[in-house]
Amino acid sequence: MERRKVTIDGNEAAAHVAYRVSEVIAIYPITPSSPMGELSDAWSAMRVKNIWGTVPNVVEMQSEGGAAGAVHGSLQTGALTTTFTASQGLFLMIPNMYKIAGELTPAVFHVSARSIAAAALSIFGDHSDVMSTRQTGFGLIASNSVQEVMDTALIAHKASIESRIPFVHFFDGFRTSHEVMKIEELTDDDIRAMMDDEKVKEFKERALSPDHPVIRGTAQNPDVYFQGRETVNKFYDVCPGIVQNAMSQFAKITGRQYNLFDYYGAPDAKRVVILMGSGAETAEETVEYMTQRMEEKVGIIKVRLYRPFSAEHFIAAIPKTVEKISVLDRTKEPGALGEPLYLDVVTAISEAMASNNPPFEKMPKIVGGRYGLSSKEFTPAMVKAVFDNLKKDEPKNHFTIGIDDDVTFRSLQYDPSFMTEGDEVVRCLFYGLGADGTVGANKNSIKIIGEETENFAQGYFVYDSKKSGSTTVSHLRFGKKPIRSTYLIQTAKFVGCHTFGLMEKFDVLGNIEQGGTFLLNSPYPTDDTWDQLPRKVQQQIIDKKLNFYVIDGYAVANKTGMGSRVNTIMQTCFFAISGILPKEEAIGQIKQTIYKTYGAKGEEIVKQNYEAVDQTLENLFKIDVPKTAVSSIEIPPIVSANAPDYVRNVLGKIMEGKGDEVKVSEMPIDGTFPTTTTKWEKRNIALEVPAWDADICIQCGKCAMVCPHASIRIKVYDKKYIENKPETFKWMEAKGKEFPEGFAYTIQVAVEDCTGCELCVEVCPVKNKKETRLKALNMVPQIPIREKERANFDYFLELPEIDRRLVNTSLIKSSQLLEPLFEFSGACSGCGETPYVKLVSQLFGDRTIVANATGCSSIYGGNLPTTPWAKNKDGRGPAWSNSLFEDNAEFGMGMRLSIDKQNEFAKELLVKLSDEVGKDLVDAILNANQKDEAGIYDQRERIVELKSKLEKINSKEANKLLEIVDYLVKKSVWIIGGDGWAYDIGYGGLDHVLASGRNVNILVLDTEVYSNTGGQMSKATGMGAVAKFAAAGKPTAKKDLSMMAMNYGNVYVAKVAMGSNDAQTLRAFLEAEAYEGPSLIIAYSHCIAHGINMAKGLESQKAAVDSGYWPLFRYNPDNLKDGKNPLKLDSKAPKIKLEDFIYKETRYKMLTKSHPKEAKHLLHLAQEEVLNRWKLYEHMANMQYSNESGEQIEGTET
Amino acid sequence: MDLSTTYMGLKLKNPIVPSASPLSQNIDTVRAIEDAGAAAIVVHSLFEEQITHESGELNYYLSYGAESYAEALSYFPEPEQFHLGPYQYFDHIADLKKAVDIPIIGSLNGVSTGGWIKYAKNIELAGADALELNVYYIPTNPNIPASEIEEIYCSILKEVKSSLKIPVAIKLSPFFTSMSNMAKKLDDSGADALVLFNRFYQPDFDLDNLDVVPNLVLSTNWEMRLPLRWIAILYGHIKASLAGTSGVHSHLDVIKLMMAGGDVAMLASELLTNGIGRISEILEGMKRWMEEKEYESVSIMKGSMSQKSVAEPAAFERANYMKMLQSYKSLT
Repeated sequence: MERRKVTIDGNEAAAHVAYRVSEVIAIYPITPSSPMGELSDAWSAMRVKNIWGTVPNVVEMQSEGGAAGAVHGSLQTGALTTTFTASQGLFLMIPNMYKIAGELTPAVFHVSARSIAAAALSIFGDHSDVMSTRQTGFGLIASNSVQEVMDTALIAHKASIESRIPFVHFFDGFRTSHEVMKIEELTDDDIRAMMDDEKVKEFKERALSPDHPVIRGTAQNPDVYFQGRETVNKFYDVCPGIVQNAMSQFAKITGRQYNLFDYYGAPDAKRVVILMGSGAETAEETVEYMTQRMEEKVGIIKVRLYRPFSAEHFIAAIPKTVEKISVLDRTKEPGALGEPLYLDVVTAISEAMASNNPPFEKMPKIVGGRYGLSSKEFTPAMVKAVFDNLKKDEPKNHFTIGIDDDVTFRSLQYDPSFMTEGDEVVRCLFYGLGADGTVGANKNSIKIIGEETENFAQGYFVYDSKKSGSTTVSHLRFGKKPIRSTYLIQTAKFVGCHTFGLMEKFDVLGNIEQGGTFLLNSPYPTDDTWDQLPRKVQQQIIDKKLNFYVIDGYAVANKTGMGSRVNTIMQTCFFAISGILPKEEAIGQIKQTIYKTYGAKGEEIVKQNYEAVDQTLENLFKIDVPKTAVSSIEIPPIVSANAPDYVRNVLGKIMEGKGDEVKVSEMPIDGTFPTTTTKWEKRNIALEVPAWDADICIQCGKCAMVCPHASIRIKVYDKKYIENKPETFKWMEAKGKEFPEGFAYTIQVAVEDCTGCELCVEVCPVKNKKETRLKALNMVPQIPIREKERANFDYFLELPEIDRRLVNTSLIKSSQLLEPLFEFSGACSGCGETPYVKLVSQLFGDRTIVANATGCSSIYGGNLPTTPWAKNKDGRGPAWSNSLFEDNAEFGMGMRLSIDKQNEFAKELLVKLSDEVGKDLVDAILNANQKDEAGIYDQRERIVELKSKLEKINSKEANKLLEIVDYLVKKSVWIIGGDGWAYDIGYGGLDHVLASGRNVNILVLDTEVYSNTGGQMSKATGMGAVAKFAAAGKPTAKKDLSMMAMNYGNVYVAKVAMGSNDAQTLRAFLEAEAYEGPSLIIAYSHCIAHGINMAKGLESQKAAVDSGYWPLFRYNPDNLKDGKNPLKLDSKAPKIKLEDFIYKETRYKMLTKSHPKEAKHLLHLAQEEVLNRWKLYEHMANMQYSNESGEQIEGTET
Repeated sequence: MDLSTTYMGLKLKNPIVPSASPLSQNIDTVRAIEDAGAAAIVVHSLFEEQITHESGELNYYLSYGAESYAEALSYFPEPEQFHLGPYQYFDHIADLKKAVDIPIIGSLNGVSTGGWIKYAKNIELAGADALELNVYYIPTNPNIPASEIEEIYCSILKEVKSSLKIPVAIKLSPFFTSMSNMAKKLDDSGADALVLFNRFYQPDFDLDNLDVVPNLVLSTNWEMRLPLRWIAILYGHIKASLAGTSGVHSHLDVIKLMMAGGDVAMLASELLTNGIGRISEILEGMKRWMEEKEYESVSIMKGSMSQKSVAEPAAFERANYMKMLQSYKSLT
């Protein structure tokens, strides 16, 4: 049977095999492995069968630890079981991996290898995670390319069931897991031919069953445990042979021969590099070039089976002529003699050379080095540098390659101009916005080229780390020869820029070849486009003699109802210009792909795309390039000259896309960065921004409250400042008793930081009496007002902040005068989470420490280059840290314990120093009331006085107290994270922290789904909602976390939804912080994963509350002291049907389109559930806690 | 007592036909409607917007934010197939056909000559016995003359008629300068029935929030006068069947419509307000009245009070208006 050629990524290649040889798949989402689980879930939902004819059971667990436990249990009871994970997820599986291997249980874990979180988290690829499992007893087998992923997956499953040794099958995260490549797909027959049913039967016979009971997993003592551990040796001894046999059997079926160690290069090589993973592909490409064109005696060894490590096979693979060896590890083990592969190679060769039959004439010189951490580029130039290092008499050992280590000087120099790719490979680069569909179109293009032509094809996609206004760069290669270039394109024949604005942000033409083709999507008329280009770009086009094509893709998109999606249009241009396929055929293929992509979503969307294709060519023009560049438009500097040095010199490089140039000395040694850096990254991503109409504004402050990016600021200030204001700076008289007489009031928009989400306009309660469509904030085009508003905002920032002691924080209008210390994050436009986070920063930011769970909030809160947490003019502001995903509650509690201890110690020292310091001051400090801003201000003043006294005392105790004296001022600990953390992976810890009684404030940003990893179901997901792993609608109700927390009785609990009742939200935050014990706020956060118009996010919140789905309440245990019911409902009984809320959102509505019957059934159940829960809350809120005379009812005091 | 009537070629046991309303969304309700004695039912409308926007909307929201950020390349699972509004509608028609014996009249509601019209064929294929085209058009553009709008009606009808074997009715608004001429044009374009009239839900103003708000008001009996008049005027001048709709609440209303020349009386507000049981009550009422007045069949009364059959044809014209005013004056 002929095998299909498919163009897929590494994740799909792995899942294709894993799914077909498994009965149970237990997973937990983690980047970059999530798509493997998602694909399996999708296939299971489509009832795709495995090779034995049954549909695997795919289940999402609450953590990777949970997934590993479920895998272990499933294996123990005889189901062939697999899982997919990476990085910290793999770490959480380690305890079970020891168990599974210890019990000789066959299984394969497919791992898209990823960096581990040390000084910083990184989602990108290296081998740090898999290297941490090499001691578990699992076999480790590596794949280097997408084809190898599919092939090795099968080899691993076969070898595992035969050897009884479980395997980690790993491939490089993103570089391989997300690289799209044309490969030959294994058929079910291929897979069947490899899997030995007899061995499967034996596996099942070993299963735990009450029909033939045994016990497994006993506890053992010093007498026998050791012997027991030694029983497995023989299985590990024969395992490499079993894997090699599997590889050879596979070769017979497919013609592709793999070996435990594959050598490639000169048969008489003197210098050999040893490595594994995708870098081996680039190394092979380089060796081919060096041996064939430079006649160098070099070669590489690709390590495939790393554990069990077969020294015998390894030695046999090395040419006898070898003199020097360089071992490359894609991981780092600080403090080790060398990285793991290096140590294994040294050991293997040393042992062999010390044997009676040494394999080489002379002990080869062996050095080791590190490369490619966190998907750091690994190019032929770097490979050559590694070989060149070996030419030296004393090659550098323990080196690094690919970075500039100017601190410990371990790095090798390399010549970036060394390139191996020739004209036989066509290389294309596409710059686009995430929102315009560029990546999707390129994925389709590569599919067309891969599957409809003889070409080999590869696609790789680079995303930035912002969730709004993000840019993408697509790297496409195709040609007649297999492609092994596992690095970004260095020179391109074709460059497409799908968004004009990017011409000013990136050196788009920096990598285009002489005489190449440049396609630009221009919003300007064809004849004007040249004049609108920056001068540098004009010069590049002239100098490089480019063929320059222009289309107004937005016009075509608009005309054909495609909105801002120019994907199909630009794809059509690419095929028309590049001539890869005859024009007619290309258009036919594009249309076929359109049908495949959109067909399920209805004919109309297909028709729109067809029309876009048809109208593209007549709007595509080639520009006659003038001979001289005359544009007066200069590319603006990325970072303002006023920025601090570190921002300009280091973070600025990252913003510019030149982070690879940052030197080791420029990076912090311990992951510590300054705050207040987003203000220097002016992204200008909004096409329209709000403009303030002071004539009708009622100064309610709601706009500032809901602004997700802190781009709307309010100040009340002395009118004397108006005298020097910029011409267009707006102000009005401040209204309200809380402000001094005659003060001015300004709402200022940071137009360069605004994302144009429109939430402020939506929430504005005022309408213009003359034209009711207008409000006190109205969207206007950004570019015409940019310069003036920039000056206005700068002026605004210089106006004095309000004295916090004067602010009545319980009112929205005055609370919004407080300076936000969380600003301009990279969160999605219209984000429903960030307004809550910002509110914390406004109310308590100058005394807050944040423990942030991994997820959306840790990414928009802490992803380089710039971070949104900021400090005020006094230098105070939130201190922030992210530990892990699962431990955030404990992490925050640790902070509390530490602060409390130091506060206690400071008080003890203060008492001891009472005589020297003065009793009055000591008493004032010890008895300070710090419940409000005035109290905190006064305490800070006292501490200033204390410090000055202590400095004069100069005793041991005084000096000790000086170290910790600031802990005498109140500190507010905020534990922040999403529902994935609070409801699932971190729930155990959260529960413990709630039960601890410690004074922490826990803010759950509840989007009801794993937003950061792309919409997987959590236990917060509502019944009937569609999410990944709940394709047929979540069949169970949302976990009632608040009810569980209230059960403790001493936890402050609030459920809030800013879009429904902002005043209640504000009250809840103030009460939670004031409560001297654990507080839990569950905040409804609308999200793009809900499939809603984000501008209407607040409406969604309101509908959720009005339907009774999201009751608002506050449970304050302090009320018990007054004999009052601690629970107060802040929303009314359901007044709209549940369907009137949920069917406004795609996450629910799509179920009525995909599973109409289930949707109806679940709607019915969900509606009942909502009403029942409401009744319960109502009942609780109405319970009498005191008798008629106001005395407490017995037993209610806590 | 023979209550039977013929409506666009369909032999109906009586003239009671519930018009397009949410009542037809539930199969059990339609069964009850049949049991109560309705002769046919017009199913709720499939809207042009459902056809043209649903697909785009679904695609937009399912792909919003996708392929933008490395950790979340999509936000939703992609089902193999969606049962979009139109297809769920066709399935519903097929289910209704299986569930009841009375004729099922599909309803397609739109305004343009776009691709949505082709879904008429799917309604036929799903088993509908007839189709009602509801052209719900508010001509707000001051640059489009009446003739052009009238032409839109005719061309939509012709296009649908050309592809369908089942009869096609067209539901109209009363806002035509020359209603009779328009009826004639549609008759000439192949309409098997005219359904008179469509009620436009008139939006209201919310003065607290300065918003324009939709406002659904159920019909009142008074509103039946308009179709009554026009059926009476058109009867005998066009080939197409005539259905009276809007404001039909009692057996007397049905009888009036029949006498004006209507073939069926359509009702919804009455059933939504007072329940499906009203159908049997109205039928009983008709029978009683006919017994009392000694009418043997509906066919006898049909058109008996149309303009061309009444003693004073001018009563349907301006003279009627003058007369009313004069009588009003005489009262003051």
